[in-house]
Amino acid sequence: MEQLKGGDEISYLITLACSIVIILIVVLLVGELWYNSQPAIKKFGFSFLTGTTWDPNGDVFGALPFLYGTVVTSIFALVLSVPLGVGAAIFLAEMAAPKLSNALTFLIELLAAVPSVIYGLLGIFVLVPILRKYVAPPLAMTHLPIFSGTFYGFSLLAAGLVLTIMVVPFIVSVSREVLLAVPVEQREASLAVGATKWETTWQVVLPNASTGILGSIFLALARALGETMAVTMVVGNTPTISTSLFSPGYSIAAAIANQFAEASGQLFIASLIFLGLVLFGLTIVINAVARILIIMTAQRGM
Amino acid sequence: MSEGKMKTFTGGLAIAALLGALPLAAQSITGAGATFPAPIYQKWFNDYQQVASGVQINYQAIGSGGGIRNITDGSVDFGASDGPMNDKQLKGYEDKWHYPIYEFPTVLGSDVLTYNVPGITTGIKLTPDAIAGIFLGKITKWNDPELEKNNPGVKFPDMPIVVAHRADSSGTTYCFTDYLSKVSPAWKSKVGKNTSVNWPVGLGGQGNPGVTGIVKQQTGGIGYVELIYAVENKLPYALVKNSSGAFIKPDLASTTAAAAGVVMPPDFRVSITNSSNKAAYPISTFTWLLIPSHFSDAAKGKAIVAFLHWAITKGQGEVESLDYAKLPSSVVAKEEVAIGKIKY
Repeated sequence: MEQLKGGDEISYLITLACSIVIILIVVLLVGELWYNSQPAIKKFGFSFLTGTTWDPNGDVFGALPFLYGTVVTSIFALVLSVPLGVGAAIFLAEMAAPKLSNALTFLIELLAAVPSVIYGLLGIFVLVPILRKYVAPPLAMTHLPIFSGTFYGFSLLAAGLVLTIMVVPFIVSVSREVLLAVPVEQREASLAVGATKWETTWQVVLPNASTGILGSIFLALARALGETMAVTMVVGNTPTISTSLFSPGYSIAAAIANQFAEASGQLFIASLIFLGLVLFGLTIVINAVARILIIMTAQRGM
Repeated sequence: MSEGKMKTFTGGLAIAALLGALPLAAQSITGAGATFPAPIYQKWFNDYQQVASGVQINYQAIGSGGGIRNITDGSVDFGASDGPMNDKQLKGYEDKWHYPIYEFPTVLGSDVLTYNVPGITTGIKLTPDAIAGIFLGKITKWNDPELEKNNPGVKFPDMPIVVAHRADSSGTTYCFTDYLSKVSPAWKSKVGKNTSVNWPVGLGGQGNPGVTGIVKQQTGGIGYVELIYAVENKLPYALVKNSSGAFIKPDLASTTAAAAGVVMPPDFRVSITNSSNKAAYPISTFTWLLIPSHFSDAAKGKAIVAFLHWAITKGQGEVESLDYAKLPSSVVAKEEVAIGKIKY
């Protein structure tokens, strides 16, 4: 007993140390971003978030177009990938034969292992031409404000679609695991009282797995927000704010990656680091919203 | 030093001299900076290792801004940049180290305008007004009179112009915007010159391949890329009207000519865009090595000075094989004098 207790203490200390190291990394990261972005914070303050001009020559820096591009492409990606991903996960977990399910899951998870630069290249050489030729013309005929203006191919739409393809595997594989973890007894009970297979899935299994599925969605969102390479290759890299998805845009991560290497001038560099801090803040805000959503759905479930 | 010690010392020297290529005697030098000249620098550093055995130069192509930052904070032995350091950066360096930094032009490059208009082949003629108009968003159609009047015989379609520019900050953009600032007062006041600017119109592509990708895919597209890149990828490119009124094809000779037309200041910080030389292609630039004027490590200083001398003389023989333009001999002579001022 005595020995076991000692072992417990050691494992407690080791795991505690691991968590402290990770938390320390986060604290250092924020501290470093904060410290290095001081010139920009002092000069622009909160107006950095609302400014729409990004002019390295005039030393005027505003992050709003980048924030807008990041949020719009990520939300767009979620709107498409959530139904697609959750639908596929339901099929794989509930409907498909186990052998087929395993084979398909393996293939879908392969998608997650493809480097993002490959997605970017596919975006430039395959997706953008297809969009320009076959997708944009019918969309433009809807006359909706989100599909207006000239379509150059390189656009928020293209970036959102590339992100959709990139985040779907996260949603599918995590959601499938979560669905499979719902106890078989629940399904049997539901079927026993006369529910159909679909009613069981929709009304019993899904609500039980909802927290985990939400988790998978936020994992996907985090990936979409921070994605750099694939986005910069297809988004058109133009810091504008337009309601049309046909318009080119820019994302925070892409702006930092594109401009940091050659940036000169203290304020320019500080502003790019400030952008990093803003992205960090955006991730925290979205994660907080996620938590609140999860708590709310959990309460409604009870 | 006693006589006995002296003997051992000279004996040691003799042995060291005999084993010149001894790894112990190796001099390792590190540099960082511009990506544009990186291919020729890598070739030089490799070849120089054969010339001066034991001198090993490592170069990291991290971008001009990074090169200036690294040499200023002292983390590398030399820097490299596509744009000269500005007065503030030079002062920052001198305040920190108490001696100035020198900038040596090494090779030249130029930006060409590549385009994608159905039915129109390479070699359309562009005036400074046309280029500035297009990149300011004032000229929006290919059949604009400014384009048509200088290209008799070319049938321009009534097609919108799609501008492509670099999204990443780069020396290529610095050269291009420096040129536009010289030829267009509107550009100078609205946009200005820098490694990245607030573009009035257009789509941003990452690097030369990104800009080319946009131009190739977008009918009606036009963008600027490095001459080397356009030549290697067989892209169509435009002739540009220079300050003497001649339409000049961008190539190595017309790029070198741009440097021959300028009055070289003692610190070599000079822009050669819109050169007054009659044969000059106007969107050309030097690229510079940033070398401290004082080395506390004498062996290192000696090695760097020897390399610099080699690069601007023998090394120039290699640059054209990689499609860089070489320095005019007048510039080489002036640089020799400046190299002599480096202390170690």
